[in-house]
Amino acid sequence: PEHLKEPLVYMRKAQGSWEKRILKSLNSMCTELSIPLARKRPVGEQKELLNKWNEMGTDEPDLSLFRPVYAPKDFLEVLINLRNPNYENGDSLSFRTHLGLIQVPLKVKDIPELKEFFVELGLTTGQLGIDDSTQVPPELFENEHVRIGQKVLAEQDSAAAQQYIRQGSPTALRAELWALILNISSQPEELLYYEQLKTNVIQHDLLVDSLIYKDVKLTASNDDYYFVFEDYLYQVLLCFSRDTSVLGHFAYNSASPPKSYIRGKLGLEEYAVFYPPNGVIPFHGFSMYVAPLCFLYHEPSKLYQIFREMYVRFFFRLHSISSHPSGIVSLCLLFETLLQTYLPQLFYHLREIGAQPLRISFKWMVRAFSGYLATDQLLLLWDRILGYNSLEILAVLAAAVFAFRAVNLMEVTSLAAAEAVLADLSTLKVMPLLQIFLFATVT
Amino acid sequence: MSRPKNQNYKGHGLSKGKEREQRASIRFKTTLMNTLMDVLRHRPGWVEVKDEGEWDFYWCDVSWLRENFDHTYMDEHVRISHFRNHYELTRKNYMVKNLKRFRKQLEREAGKLEAAKCDFFPKTFEMPCEYHLFVEEFRKNPGITWIMKPVARSQGKGIFLFRRLKDIMDWRKGTAGKKLTSLEAPPARSTVNPSGSHDARSSDDQKDEIPVENYVAQRYIENPYLIGGRKFDLRVYVLVMSYIPLRAWLYRDGFARFSNTRFTLSSIDDQYVHLTNVAVQKTSPDYHPKKGCKWMLQRFRQYLASKHGPEAVETLFSDMDNIFVKSLQSVQKVIISDKHCFELYGYDILIDQTLKPWLLEVNASPSLTASSQEDYELKTCLLEDTLHVVDMEARLTGREKRVGGFDLMWNDGPVSREEGPPDLSGMGNFVANTHLGCVNDRNNQLRQLFRSLQNQKKVSS
Repeated sequence: PEHLKEPLVYMRKAQGSWEKRILKSLNSMCTELSIPLARKRPVGEQKELLNKWNEMGTDEPDLSLFRPVYAPKDFLEVLINLRNPNYENGDSLSFRTHLGLIQVPLKVKDIPELKEFFVELGLTTGQLGIDDSTQVPPELFENEHVRIGQKVLAEQDSAAAQQYIRQGSPTALRAELWALILNISSQPEELLYYEQLKTNVIQHDLLVDSLIYKDVKLTASNDDYYFVFEDYLYQVLLCFSRDTSVLGHFAYNSASPPKSYIRGKLGLEEYAVFYPPNGVIPFHGFSMYVAPLCFLYHEPSKLYQIFREMYVRFFFRLHSISSHPSGIVSLCLLFETLLQTYLPQLFYHLREIGAQPLRISFKWMVRAFSGYLATDQLLLLWDRILGYNSLEILAVLAAAVFAFRAVNLMEVTSLAAAEAVLADLSTLKVMPLLQIFLFATVT
Repeated sequence: MSRPKNQNYKGHGLSKGKEREQRASIRFKTTLMNTLMDVLRHRPGWVEVKDEGEWDFYWCDVSWLRENFDHTYMDEHVRISHFRNHYELTRKNYMVKNLKRFRKQLEREAGKLEAAKCDFFPKTFEMPCEYHLFVEEFRKNPGITWIMKPVARSQGKGIFLFRRLKDIMDWRKGTAGKKLTSLEAPPARSTVNPSGSHDARSSDDQKDEIPVENYVAQRYIENPYLIGGRKFDLRVYVLVMSYIPLRAWLYRDGFARFSNTRFTLSSIDDQYVHLTNVAVQKTSPDYHPKKGCKWMLQRFRQYLASKHGPEAVETLFSDMDNIFVKSLQSVQKVIISDKHCFELYGYDILIDQTLKPWLLEVNASPSLTASSQEDYELKTCLLEDTLHVVDMEARLTGREKRVGGFDLMWNDGPVSREEGPPDLSGMGNFVANTHLGCVNDRNNQLRQLFRSLQNQKKVSS
């Protein structure tokens, strides 16, 4: 039922036409390069791939002709042009006018509401990422917090884990806590299922495989820290494309899986297949959703399960058009509203010099900050995503980053200069930024 | 003047009761053209001298040292960056000899358990003189892999792996015919930029003799710890200010160097797999400069902690402390401890799958060339802090336990992290003053340190 995917018709329509564009782009690449969307591998090639399974990164196929199907900035343009046909903004400017790029009237939280929502991030509550720093004696918070975490794990209480992790997860417990919250078990059926997917990869070659290769080579392999995990990324993403169980999430995703038709049977529903089999077409930077997880999970099938669950719970919302409060549209609007309301001078200044803030922060949010923050900080951030079951924290963090660098940003006079000020986030400490922005700024 | 016999009140050797003179400017000399030059040139009050000018500080290379040290007069305040016979620690065959001797001594004095703490070096035999001993060991352990390394070369040159005696029979036939004319191999060129830039070579005087290389055969560690399927080793920096008494500092930062290709024992010939040395990796066909193939130690420590828990990591790092201290102790009596000398060593450590650290080698001239921006910052800070500890400016009191990123690891005895007099009732609560791979907030620490030193001077004057 369509309304479960997305209640607003105009959003559904926009998502539909975006999907058409993506699919068209994919099909034309396919025709241009004369590569089939899918083909069965000859036995020799299958054997070779099986031998190389643990070191696919050493392969250097010629990927020069492949382009990513789209990049985050293409998607941003689509979102900027979203309009609700039933909403008349009026031509007159008033203090209510939204000056940002997103022009749809969705409800987003303001700071008082965010303070309530994120109450555990408050100044009087202990946090990992703040109260475990070297100057703070561990007896004050850290030791007790670790003890509670161990208890939660011992009880295998998923709901308690979710509540607990709002204050951050100790490094040693994180892998297990996430698995508990995401309900990932180590059942033999899961291992078997993963092996089946692997067999699928060995037997058939998909066009999207090349897109995945290209993405990994362009992004994760070039990262100073994630390059080590290159092989794991292939092992996860190639299997992911073939996992039809992922299709299940389209019931609540505004997006729908692209359909393709067996050669010569265009339009005939009996010959329609979802392409790729999991319905998810990767875009530039997609592999960065997986890379941080390699830090925590080393067993391929476990890593795979965690990633898949993270995707169908959270990440899919970052690249589909919907009105959901954790959807990318709402996040963009939340970010812009926070900035305009609480840092109006900065917002106005950036807008005047042609540096709309969303143009800079969009890529951070689409990737859930992966590849932009230091890994330990990123994991603390993702702890809270799991704990609050919401992606809104991404928008809050983006606004907090702008607030933090406001002084420098006020002095720039171009978009390029603004980008430069915000180019390197690797030194930022996420939790203090969030705390200050939400709880310690005079509004 | 009597002082309580309490190691926390022992200085680390700089102040000797009389005031050290402050110099108006410090004349430095060096032939190295990399981060070191940048650091020296930017140091306030330091001026460069070239050619034959007199210097107060010389960061020399080892070939100069060998030729000139013995007939160079140095004033009391002058400092030079190497110990005369550092090769006792850094040449693989000498190091093995010294360690074996030290181990025997420890066993005699303190028993088998204490001696076992020296078992961080894989079984090594000097070639060709210990060849027969090696064959005996080889036959006792059929099927294992061995690695042959030249004693004095660096950057991974001349190394090969083997499993069959036949492989080295051929090698032995080649060199046994040559007379052993000189035991000194060609000068170590570890400071040369891998891209091949020149260095002051003095190989011309070796023309007439056939250079005979000494090799060591070492048991290859077949179960290295892998991350992402790749082998890696750790580079750690240790600064030794004197050997008698032994005073050594450990730098908090360092890095893990990854091999570009996946580890497997089946490809013994692929030296790119087995050698993690950056210089070798750079020539691998897979090498992409952007990748960098290095992780900072903080990242490595976090990774291990998330996988094995903090206690296992603590144990690993204190085992590494043990390696540094024992290796230095083993050459303590052999190295000529000249008060003008200090040395910054680069230790190469390999971790195996049981989380046991192994010492691969010690470098007297660790590379100071930067392979990336991050690397540049690390080496710049490392060198700045080294110069702070050397303290040509005579600012320190000599009682500091931390200077920038350096922690005083050994001061004629273990150094405790705790302040105040040590717990005399027992060593149970002893925590070493080392923070390898930990947070390095050196800027803050230096600021506080120098401010308090300034205040102390104001008070006393």
